[in-house]
Amino acid sequence: MADKTTVVMPCSGIGKPYGEIGRQSTYTLMEDLCPGKVTTTCLAKLMIGDPDAVELVKNNPVITLDGCAQDCARKNVESIGKKPDRAVRVINTFKHHRDLKPTGILDLGEPGRKLVEILASDLALEIDCPAQKEGAADA
Amino acid sequence: MLELVEITPPKKVGIIPCNGEELPEGTLTRFACRKVLDQIKPNNTVTICLPLFINNGKEERGFVENFPTITVDGCDKRCGQKITEKLGGKKPEHSIVITDLLKEHGINAPGSARTLVDMDQEAIDLVAGEIAKKVDEIISKPNDGGK
Repeated sequence: MADKTTVVMPCSGIGKPYGEIGRQSTYTLMEDLCPGKVTTTCLAKLMIGDPDAVELVKNNPVITLDGCAQDCARKNVESIGKKPDRAVRVINTFKHHRDLKPTGILDLGEPGRKLVEILASDLALEIDCPAQKEGAADA
Repeated sequence: MLELVEITPPKKVGIIPCNGEELPEGTLTRFACRKVLDQIKPNNTVTICLPLFINNGKEERGFVENFPTITVDGCDKRCGQKITEKLGGKKPEHSIVITDLLKEHGINAPGSARTLVDMDQEAIDLVAGEIAKKVDEIISKPNDGGK
Protein backbone atom coordinates (compact mmCIF):
# COMPACT_ATOMS: atom_id res chain seq x y z
CA MET A 1 0.00 0.00 0.00
CA ALA A 2 3.06 2.23 -0.03
CA ASP A 3 2.81 4.17 -3.29
CA LYS A 4 -0.86 5.00 -3.55
CA THR A 5 -3.33 6.82 -1.39
CA THR A 6 -5.12 4.33 0.81
CA VAL A 7 -8.87 4.77 0.99
CA VAL A 8 -10.24 3.92 4.41
CA MET A 9 -13.99 3.35 4.37
CA PRO A 10 -15.70 3.23 7.76
CA CYS A 11 -19.30 2.10 8.02
CA SER A 12 -22.06 4.60 8.73
CA GLY A 13 -23.46 2.96 11.83
CA ILE A 14 -24.85 5.28 14.53
CA GLY A 15 -26.71 2.74 16.64
CA LYS A 16 -23.65 1.54 18.54
CA PRO A 17 -20.24 3.06 19.38
CA TYR A 18 -18.27 0.79 17.04
CA GLY A 19 -19.26 2.72 13.93
CA GLU A 20 -17.91 5.89 15.53
CA ILE A 21 -14.70 4.12 16.52
CA GLY A 22 -14.19 3.19 12.86
CA ARG A 23 -14.84 6.77 11.75
CA GLN A 24 -12.57 8.30 14.38
CA SER A 25 -9.84 5.82 13.49
CA THR A 26 -10.16 6.95 9.89
CA TYR A 27 -9.79 10.61 10.84
CA THR A 28 -6.83 9.77 13.09
CA LEU A 29 -5.09 8.08 10.16
CA MET A 30 -5.90 10.95 7.79
CA GLU A 31 -4.93 13.82 10.06
CA ASP A 32 -2.43 12.48 12.60
CA LEU A 33 -0.72 9.26 11.59
CA CYS A 34 -0.73 9.17 7.80
CA PRO A 35 -1.44 12.68 6.48
CA GLY A 36 -1.44 12.71 2.69
CA LYS A 37 -1.39 8.94 2.49
CA VAL A 38 -4.93 8.17 3.62
CA THR A 39 -8.25 9.50 2.47
CA THR A 40 -11.91 8.56 2.74
CA THR A 41 -15.16 9.17 0.98
CA CYS A 42 -18.78 8.91 1.97
CA LEU A 43 -20.11 5.37 1.93
CA ALA A 44 -23.46 6.77 0.81
CA LYS A 45 -21.81 8.38 -2.23
CA LEU A 46 -20.52 4.98 -3.21
CA MET A 47 -24.02 3.61 -2.83
CA ILE A 48 -25.49 6.08 -5.33
CA GLY A 49 -22.68 5.38 -7.78
CA ASP A 50 -21.11 8.83 -7.53
CA PRO A 51 -18.43 8.71 -10.27
CA ASP A 52 -15.70 10.40 -8.19
CA ALA A 53 -16.26 8.09 -5.23
CA VAL A 54 -16.37 4.98 -7.42
CA GLU A 55 -13.17 5.97 -9.25
CA LEU A 56 -11.35 6.69 -5.99
CA VAL A 57 -12.27 3.34 -4.49
CA LYS A 58 -11.63 1.32 -7.63
CA ASN A 59 -8.18 2.79 -8.29
CA ASN A 60 -6.64 2.70 -4.82
CA PRO A 61 -6.00 0.26 -2.00
CA VAL A 62 -9.02 0.08 0.28
CA ILE A 63 -9.45 -0.77 3.95
CA THR A 64 -13.00 -1.18 5.22
CA LEU A 65 -13.85 -0.66 8.89
CA ASP A 66 -17.14 -2.18 9.99
CA GLY A 67 -18.79 -1.67 13.33
CA CYS A 68 -20.78 -4.89 13.30
CA ALA A 69 -21.01 -8.28 11.63
CA GLN A 70 -23.31 -6.93 8.91
CA ASP A 71 -20.10 -5.71 7.21
CA CYS A 72 -21.89 -2.92 5.36
CA ALA A 73 -18.74 -1.04 4.40
CA ARG A 74 -17.09 -4.15 2.98
CA LYS A 75 -20.21 -5.25 1.13
CA ASN A 76 -20.84 -1.81 -0.31
CA VAL A 77 -17.27 -1.62 -1.57
CA GLU A 78 -17.62 -5.09 -3.07
CA SER A 79 -20.89 -4.05 -4.71
CA ILE A 80 -18.94 -1.85 -7.14
CA GLY A 81 -16.63 -4.72 -8.03
CA LYS A 82 -13.75 -3.85 -5.71
CA LYS A 83 -12.37 -6.31 -3.20
CA PRO A 84 -11.01 -4.48 -0.15
CA ASP A 85 -7.33 -5.08 0.54
CA ARG A 86 -8.22 -5.39 4.19
CA ALA A 87 -11.62 -5.73 5.86
CA VAL A 88 -11.63 -4.96 9.58
CA ARG A 89 -14.37 -5.52 12.12
CA VAL A 90 -14.00 -2.92 14.87
CA ILE A 91 -15.67 -5.24 17.35
CA ASN A 92 -12.64 -7.54 17.10
CA THR A 93 -10.39 -4.76 18.40
CA PHE A 94 -12.74 -4.39 21.36
CA LYS A 95 -12.66 -8.15 21.97
CA HIS A 96 -8.91 -7.87 22.54
CA HIS A 97 -9.38 -4.92 24.91
CA ARG A 98 -12.57 -5.63 26.82
CA ASP A 99 -11.57 -3.22 29.57
CA LEU A 100 -11.96 -0.37 27.06
CA LYS A 101 -15.73 -0.07 26.90
CA PRO A 102 -16.92 3.08 25.09
CA THR A 103 -19.18 5.21 27.26
CA GLY A 104 -21.33 6.69 24.49
CA ILE A 105 -22.28 6.31 20.85
CA LEU A 106 -20.83 9.53 19.43
CA ASP A 107 -18.96 10.70 22.51
CA LEU A 108 -16.84 7.61 23.06
CA GLY A 109 -15.28 8.65 26.33
CA GLU A 110 -11.70 7.94 27.29
CA PRO A 111 -11.92 4.13 26.86
CA GLY A 112 -13.43 4.53 23.40
CA ARG A 113 -10.79 7.06 22.40
CA LYS A 114 -8.13 4.62 23.50
CA LEU A 115 -9.65 1.97 21.25
CA VAL A 116 -9.48 4.48 18.39
CA GLU A 117 -5.77 5.00 19.06
CA ILE A 118 -5.12 1.27 19.12
CA LEU A 119 -7.01 0.53 15.92
CA ALA A 120 -5.55 3.50 14.04
CA SER A 121 -2.00 2.62 15.11
CA ASP A 122 -2.45 -0.98 13.99
CA LEU A 123 -3.68 0.14 10.60
CA ALA A 124 -0.95 2.76 10.22
CA LEU A 125 1.65 0.03 10.41
CA GLU A 126 0.14 -1.56 7.32
CA ILE A 127 -0.08 1.69 5.38
CA ASP A 128 3.60 2.59 5.65
CA CYS A 129 3.04 6.02 7.18
CA PRO A 130 5.88 8.51 7.69
CA ALA A 131 4.67 9.35 11.19
CA GLN A 132 4.76 5.69 12.11
CA LYS A 133 8.30 5.37 10.78
CA GLU A 134 9.41 8.35 12.85
CA GLY A 135 7.71 6.85 15.90
CA ALA A 136 9.40 3.52 15.31
CA ALA A 137 12.80 5.21 15.05
CA ASP A 138 12.24 6.98 18.36
CA ALA A 139 11.14 3.83 20.14
CA MET B 1 -68.61 0.20 35.00
CA LEU B 2 -65.14 0.32 33.59
CA GLU B 3 -64.48 2.71 30.78
CA LEU B 4 -62.49 1.10 28.02
CA VAL B 5 -59.73 3.26 26.67
CA GLU B 6 -57.95 2.32 23.50
CA ILE B 7 -54.22 2.43 24.00
CA THR B 8 -52.35 3.02 20.81
CA PRO B 9 -48.59 2.69 20.54
CA PRO B 10 -46.73 5.87 19.68
CA LYS B 11 -46.36 6.56 16.00
CA LYS B 12 -42.88 5.91 14.74
CA VAL B 13 -40.87 7.86 12.21
CA GLY B 14 -37.61 6.64 10.69
CA ILE B 15 -34.79 9.17 10.64
CA ILE B 16 -32.26 8.42 7.90
CA PRO B 17 -29.07 10.48 8.04
CA CYS B 18 -26.59 10.24 5.19
CA ASN B 19 -23.79 10.10 7.79
CA GLY B 20 -21.39 11.37 5.11
CA GLU B 21 -17.98 10.50 6.48
CA GLU B 22 -16.14 12.86 4.14
CA LEU B 23 -17.89 16.08 5.06
CA PRO B 24 -18.47 18.13 8.23
CA GLU B 25 -22.13 18.34 7.24
CA GLY B 26 -22.26 14.52 7.29
CA THR B 27 -21.02 14.55 10.87
CA LEU B 28 -23.67 17.14 11.63
CA THR B 29 -26.38 14.75 10.36
CA ARG B 30 -25.19 12.17 12.88
CA PHE B 31 -25.15 14.49 15.88
CA ALA B 32 -28.49 16.08 15.04
CA CYS B 33 -30.18 12.73 14.48
CA ARG B 34 -28.85 11.31 17.74
CA LYS B 35 -30.13 14.39 19.57
CA VAL B 36 -33.61 13.77 18.16
CA LEU B 37 -33.45 10.04 18.91
CA ASP B 38 -32.08 10.39 22.42
CA GLN B 39 -33.44 13.67 23.73
CA ILE B 40 -36.19 15.33 21.72
CA LYS B 41 -38.37 12.54 20.30
CA PRO B 42 -37.19 9.27 21.83
CA ASN B 43 -40.64 7.68 21.74
CA ASN B 44 -41.47 8.52 18.17
CA THR B 45 -38.24 8.00 16.26
CA VAL B 46 -35.91 5.25 15.21
CA THR B 47 -32.89 5.47 12.99
CA ILE B 48 -32.21 3.47 9.89
CA CYS B 49 -28.71 2.42 8.93
CA LEU B 50 -28.43 3.54 5.33
CA PRO B 51 -25.79 1.05 4.15
CA LEU B 52 -27.91 -1.82 5.44
CA PHE B 53 -30.40 -1.02 2.69
CA ILE B 54 -28.02 -2.14 0.00
CA ASN B 55 -26.96 -5.00 2.21
CA ASN B 56 -30.47 -6.49 2.12
CA GLY B 57 -31.29 -5.33 5.63
CA LYS B 58 -34.78 -6.81 5.88
CA GLU B 59 -35.72 -4.78 8.94
CA GLU B 60 -34.59 -1.54 7.31
CA ARG B 61 -36.41 -2.14 4.04
CA GLY B 62 -39.49 -3.39 5.85
CA PHE B 63 -39.56 -0.34 8.08
CA VAL B 64 -39.28 2.09 5.19
CA GLU B 65 -42.03 0.29 3.31
CA ASN B 66 -44.40 0.58 6.25
CA PHE B 67 -43.46 3.73 8.13
CA PRO B 68 -42.85 7.36 7.25
CA THR B 69 -39.26 8.52 6.99
CA ILE B 70 -37.27 11.73 7.07
CA THR B 71 -33.96 11.79 5.22
CA VAL B 72 -31.21 14.12 6.43
CA ASP B 73 -28.51 14.74 3.83
CA GLY B 74 -25.33 16.68 4.35
CA CYS B 75 -25.07 17.99 0.79
CA ASP B 76 -27.11 18.40 -2.33
CA LYS B 77 -26.08 15.03 -3.70
CA ARG B 78 -28.97 13.84 -1.49
CA CYS B 79 -27.56 10.31 -1.15
CA GLY B 80 -29.89 9.41 1.73
CA GLN B 81 -32.97 10.54 -0.14
CA LYS B 82 -31.96 8.78 -3.37
CA ILE B 83 -31.16 5.48 -1.67
CA THR B 84 -34.38 5.59 0.33
CA GLU B 85 -36.42 6.18 -2.81
CA LYS B 86 -34.59 3.53 -4.81
CA LEU B 87 -34.40 0.75 -2.27
CA GLY B 88 -37.24 1.64 0.08
CA GLY B 89 -39.66 1.91 -2.80
CA LYS B 90 -41.18 5.26 -1.83
CA LYS B 91 -40.34 8.87 -1.22
CA PRO B 92 -39.48 10.05 2.28
CA GLU B 93 -42.12 12.24 3.92
CA HIS B 94 -39.55 14.98 4.29
CA SER B 95 -36.04 15.51 2.96
CA ILE B 96 -33.71 17.86 4.77
CA VAL B 97 -30.48 19.08 3.16
CA ILE B 98 -28.06 20.51 5.71
CA THR B 99 -26.26 22.91 3.39
CA ASP B 100 -29.57 24.49 2.36
CA LEU B 101 -30.85 24.70 5.92
CA LEU B 102 -27.68 26.31 7.27
CA LYS B 103 -27.62 28.81 4.41
CA GLU B 104 -31.26 29.70 4.99
CA HIS B 105 -30.51 30.49 8.65
CA GLY B 106 -27.12 32.11 8.11
CA ILE B 107 -25.29 29.55 10.22
CA ASN B 108 -21.80 28.33 9.35
CA ALA B 109 -21.12 24.66 8.72
CA PRO B 110 -18.79 22.91 11.15
CA GLY B 111 -15.13 23.25 10.30
CA SER B 112 -14.21 19.60 10.63
CA ALA B 113 -15.74 16.21 9.89
CA ARG B 114 -13.71 14.71 12.70
CA THR B 115 -15.32 16.37 15.64
CA LEU B 116 -17.81 19.09 16.39
CA VAL B 117 -16.97 21.86 18.84
CA ASP B 118 -19.00 24.14 21.10
CA MET B 119 -19.57 26.68 18.37
CA ASP B 120 -21.23 23.98 16.25
CA GLN B 121 -23.96 23.49 18.85
CA GLU B 122 -26.14 26.12 17.18
CA ALA B 123 -26.04 24.13 13.94
CA ILE B 124 -26.81 20.85 15.75
CA ASP B 125 -29.76 22.47 17.52
CA LEU B 126 -31.07 23.96 14.28
CA VAL B 127 -30.98 20.65 12.38
CA ALA B 128 -32.34 18.65 15.30
CA GLY B 129 -35.14 21.17 15.74
CA GLU B 130 -36.03 20.97 12.07
CA ILE B 131 -36.14 17.17 12.20
CA ALA B 132 -38.31 17.28 15.33
CA LYS B 133 -40.67 19.75 13.68
CA LYS B 134 -41.10 17.40 10.72
CA VAL B 135 -41.67 14.46 13.09
CA ASP B 136 -44.44 16.45 14.79
CA GLU B 137 -46.02 17.19 11.44
CA ILE B 138 -46.05 13.50 10.56
CA ILE B 139 -47.35 12.13 13.84
CA SER B 140 -50.07 14.76 14.10
CA LYS B 141 -51.61 13.59 10.83
CA PRO B 142 -54.76 11.57 11.48
CA ASN B 143 -54.89 7.96 10.27
CA ASP B 144 -51.72 8.02 8.25
CA GLY B 145 -48.18 9.11 8.55
CA GLY B 146 -47.14 6.33 10.83
CA LYS B 147 -48.31 3.28 12.64
